[in-house]
Amino acid sequence: MLDIRNLHARIGDKEIIKGLNLTVPAGEVHAIMGPNGSGKSTLSYVLSGKEDYEVTAGSVMFDGRDLLALTASERAAAGVFLAFQYPVEVPGVANMTFLRAALNAQRRTRGEAEISTPDFLRLIKEKAPPLGISQEMLRRGVNVGFSGGEKKRNEVLQMALLEPKLCILDEADSGLDIDALKVVSEGVNALRSPERSMLVITHYQRLLDHIVPDVIHVMHQGRIVRTGGKELALELEETGYAAYGADAA
Amino acid sequence: MSAVQETVAQVRAIDVDQYKYGFVTDIESEKAPKGLSEEIVRYISAQKNEPEWMLEMRLDAYRRWLTMREPTWARVSYPKIDFQAYYYFARPKAAPKSIDEIDPEILKTYAKLGIPLRERDALLGIENTDRPKVAVDAVFDSVSVATTFKAELAKAGVIFCAISEAIREHPELVRKYLGSVVPVSDNFYATLNAAVFSDGSFVYIPPGVRCPMELSTYFRINEKNTGQFERTLIIADEGSYVSYLEGCTAPQRDENQLHAAVVELVAMKDAEIKYSTVQNWYPGDKDGKGGIYNFVTKRGDCRGDNSKISWTQVETGSAITWKYPSCILRGDNSSGEFYSIAISNGHQQVDSGTKMVHLGKNTSSRIISKGISAGRSNNTYRGLVSAHKKATGARNFTNCDSLLIGDTCGAHTVPYMEARNASAMFEHEATTSKISEDQLFYCLQRGLSQEEAVALIVNGFVRDVLQHLPMEFAVEAQKLIAVSLEGSVG
Amino acid sequence: MTTEPQADPRPVRTAAEQAFAAMLAAAPADGSSRIGALRRDAAAAFLRNGLPHRRVEAWHYTDLRALLRAAPPRAPGDAAPAEAIAFPRAARVTLTDGTVGPLPADLPPGVSLLSLADAIAADHPLLDRLGAEAPDRYDAALALNTALLGSGVVLHVAAGVTVERPIQVAQVVTGGTSVFTRLLVVVEEGASLSLIESFEGPAGVPYLDDAVADVFAGDGAVLDHVRVQAEGAAATHLGTLGIELGRAARYDLFVLTLGAALSRLTVRGRFGGPGSHMGVRGASLLAGRCHADVTLFVDHAVGGCDSRELFKTVLADAARGVFQGKILVRPDAQKTDGRMMSQALLLSGDAEMDNKPELEIFADDVQCGHGATVGALDGKMLFYLMSRGLPQREAEMVLIQAFVGEAVEHVADPAVREVLVARMAAWLAARG
Repeated sequence: MLDIRNLHARIGDKEIIKGLNLTVPAGEVHAIMGPNGSGKSTLSYVLSGKEDYEVTAGSVMFDGRDLLALTASERAAAGVFLAFQYPVEVPGVANMTFLRAALNAQRRTRGEAEISTPDFLRLIKEKAPPLGISQEMLRRGVNVGFSGGEKKRNEVLQMALLEPKLCILDEADSGLDIDALKVVSEGVNALRSPERSMLVITHYQRLLDHIVPDVIHVMHQGRIVRTGGKELALELEETGYAAYGADAA
Repeated sequence: MSAVQETVAQVRAIDVDQYKYGFVTDIESEKAPKGLSEEIVRYISAQKNEPEWMLEMRLDAYRRWLTMREPTWARVSYPKIDFQAYYYFARPKAAPKSIDEIDPEILKTYAKLGIPLRERDALLGIENTDRPKVAVDAVFDSVSVATTFKAELAKAGVIFCAISEAIREHPELVRKYLGSVVPVSDNFYATLNAAVFSDGSFVYIPPGVRCPMELSTYFRINEKNTGQFERTLIIADEGSYVSYLEGCTAPQRDENQLHAAVVELVAMKDAEIKYSTVQNWYPGDKDGKGGIYNFVTKRGDCRGDNSKISWTQVETGSAITWKYPSCILRGDNSSGEFYSIAISNGHQQVDSGTKMVHLGKNTSSRIISKGISAGRSNNTYRGLVSAHKKATGARNFTNCDSLLIGDTCGAHTVPYMEARNASAMFEHEATTSKISEDQLFYCLQRGLSQEEAVALIVNGFVRDVLQHLPMEFAVEAQKLIAVSLEGSVG
Repeated sequence: MTTEPQADPRPVRTAAEQAFAAMLAAAPADGSSRIGALRRDAAAAFLRNGLPHRRVEAWHYTDLRALLRAAPPRAPGDAAPAEAIAFPRAARVTLTDGTVGPLPADLPPGVSLLSLADAIAADHPLLDRLGAEAPDRYDAALALNTALLGSGVVLHVAAGVTVERPIQVAQVVTGGTSVFTRLLVVVEEGASLSLIESFEGPAGVPYLDDAVADVFAGDGAVLDHVRVQAEGAAATHLGTLGIELGRAARYDLFVLTLGAALSRLTVRGRFGGPGSHMGVRGASLLAGRCHADVTLFVDHAVGGCDSRELFKTVLADAARGVFQGKILVRPDAQKTDGRMMSQALLLSGDAEMDNKPELEIFADDVQCGHGATVGALDGKMLFYLMSRGLPQREAEMVLIQAFVGEAVEHVADPAVREVLVARMAAWLAARG
């Protein structure tokens, strides 16, 4: 599904990803763990096509296509979804309007027909309540005035509607209390399927109790330094990242 | 007792109307004949033993000034000024050679103002308290009478002296920078100043030097019908830092006195200048009689990359204030700041603000202005923020709040924002309100008097700006605010 | 200011000024009637000052003397009716090159609509409302319009009448002429009306449209006012809008600016009685080298009123936007609540925005504020939208529509709002 080879990327003059290799087969959930500043969030931005980041070497193949040749919106239509650590507020654009615009834009790019209004409303009615997203939240501006938990749930709702092939979850648990974390991870787990891969980026092991990964990678100084099974998370919980030359923080 | 507390105590003791610095010092002085002419300009220059180039600059300014008209765009009104009715030069008789020769009356005046001129006193102060050292240049009417701590500053390579002295001793620096920020023909009052300026302070901080102490100038107008035209020039060379304080007072007079100063700041690469003013010129009596006409041109040039200039002002005095300390953000990544408290009471008229001119790349500016109007006064904030075509990434944040005390005063906000660059990001917000009845009642209920309560609330209103003043000044400014607002309620 | 600007020793000097002076000289003299005197005084005001320039503070950013190169001749006044922007359900009268077309026949009782020429001929008492302010204080746009007064429409809504359908006064210019029109609207006590003005003309033909509206809303009246300026790309549009409110009146204006090479709209609103509300909002979408100036003056002459001003400016290419707004709170106008906001979005490095929001306050028990922002589209929002699959152009359009949407959402009639939104969407789609 996702095949990253010798990726180098920088922002301004600062190189952050320094020769990263990573393969995520279809249907698998991979976690990337690592200390602050190891380049985890940068990786998520590079994969989703944020302009400030410049790829200087390497390749990223996604579902048989050269991901790096696509714009951010083309990548989204191709099935890459980034659940942001801090989803931005977009005042004036109603959440509902936005969800529909995004869904239709992706369908158009894929050459599919736009969704009809009744079908869309049915879809929302089906997907929103389990995530505790009210009508009122759908009417409000995108993420405007949402609490941290509401923003994260809104991200998962978008994921459920857009049905991507690759979900990148950037610190999906940050700012969540235990109840909110349960709602979010249940939402994510419901989306696990043999056709869908996930890349779960997290600093802490806590999230991985709820979204159990097939493989764990440790990232440090812009590259993957270790790969193992889910037991690796417990080991890191014990020893911290100190073994990789980083502060435990 | 620290100098500040002393000042406060003295301020309390000298109970003259509202204004606490309204005493006249009785000294003999020498004056040039009344009025302005080419002869007077030559006279001033000769009195100061100036080199030829300086005289030429003055004469050029004088000739230009004759062709200029007084600006009328500010929101202030006053009877037409008769520029021939003023004395353009006055100085204490027997010019002092050293601090020990200063007329004891002048020393007493500065002591009353809380400014210890003698290094000895200042040093004594340090032994008793942990008060930081402040080097002072005192300007009495038109003449710099004493500059302290010169020797200690010289050790660091810092030049701090009267500008008349700098013209003689450091002509290469003065010629290079004087008029390079505020050109001779900049505006009516700046041109007048260039023709007749008598004295003021000069500061040069060499590359890489952090000035070891605060520098301070106290301006005092004493003589009747005397215009004061001081000129200040501060140059912070590459990577240097200086904090400079300025205070102003004048006696109570029935006639309006004229003050037209020019301040030029130059910050080279990586340099920072912090300029703080507490302006407390005589504002006139309760019927609007007398007071200082204050027409000041202050401008800083962030000439080098990463340079920074910060203006902080507390304006409580003057009958008319016409003053816009500005920053030219020429260097890339340079930044300018303007923090202002302007209080008007009685019949005072304030038209003050700033200009932030963004020329370099990634320049930023910040403006916080707090205006308080009371009595029958009018208080206007007037500001310009502009980003030129090449000023990519320019950033400005402006906040100006006005507080009205009573229903016979006016508060006005006139900001101009000119963006010629798509990557510029300007934000401006302004509010006008009165002191909330609820806040006032809460304070009264807790036992504060009406005036204490107002002073407390006003101090809260201006807190954002006060915190940018050096500690010593902040305390003094806080007391001044309370004094300035006396009689504004009840 | 200590002094008024000195009188200009040579007020009529440019080609445009001379053309206007010739129009004034050619206008028929009108003996001793009140309207005749008003025309004469207004003509004198223009001849005394000429066109405003940079040194006239209210026109600092729109220097007409420099920008207005020529003034085409006046229209002959015999044009056949042209098609205008349609609003659903609206009863419409169209002024083609200033010539008043057929008046809608099916107006409800209590509404009268007549041509200004007929009103002048009949010496209609409503005309007493014109010229309340002395003509010597008029600016050039108002002075010329008043001096050449004759073409236009008078609309009167009797006390207590609620007009269900919007009434549209559409103006269409067909060629390279100068057109001066006047609209007088009086909505009496307790009446309510939805009023639409529209301005259109041919692209590529320089013409001048000087339009003035005087609007009076009596005690308790409710007036929704929409003004669409969609002039041709080479046109000059000079608009002046005077609004006078009684007690407890509600007035909401929305101004859409889409066209003209050079446009200036001056809005002067005044509260004449307590308890009233005035909303003055607008959106300007500007491209090419177009220069559009919106200048507001809201006069809280009495206390206890609230005003809300919100203007959105979107600038593409080398367009230049100007917003000037002044809230004046006069002495004793206590309990005033005034909020003004101007926001501009720069889509191009060659665009320019000049903002001058002003507060002038002489009463203490007030809540007044203004804000202004200038900036580019938010990169974070853009990326968020794109990461959800919206192509860049579409994501930009969504954000721009949201930006202007905040102002247009205050238009009360959803059908009218829809036409405005569609117009804006068409502008965005055409931007390319």
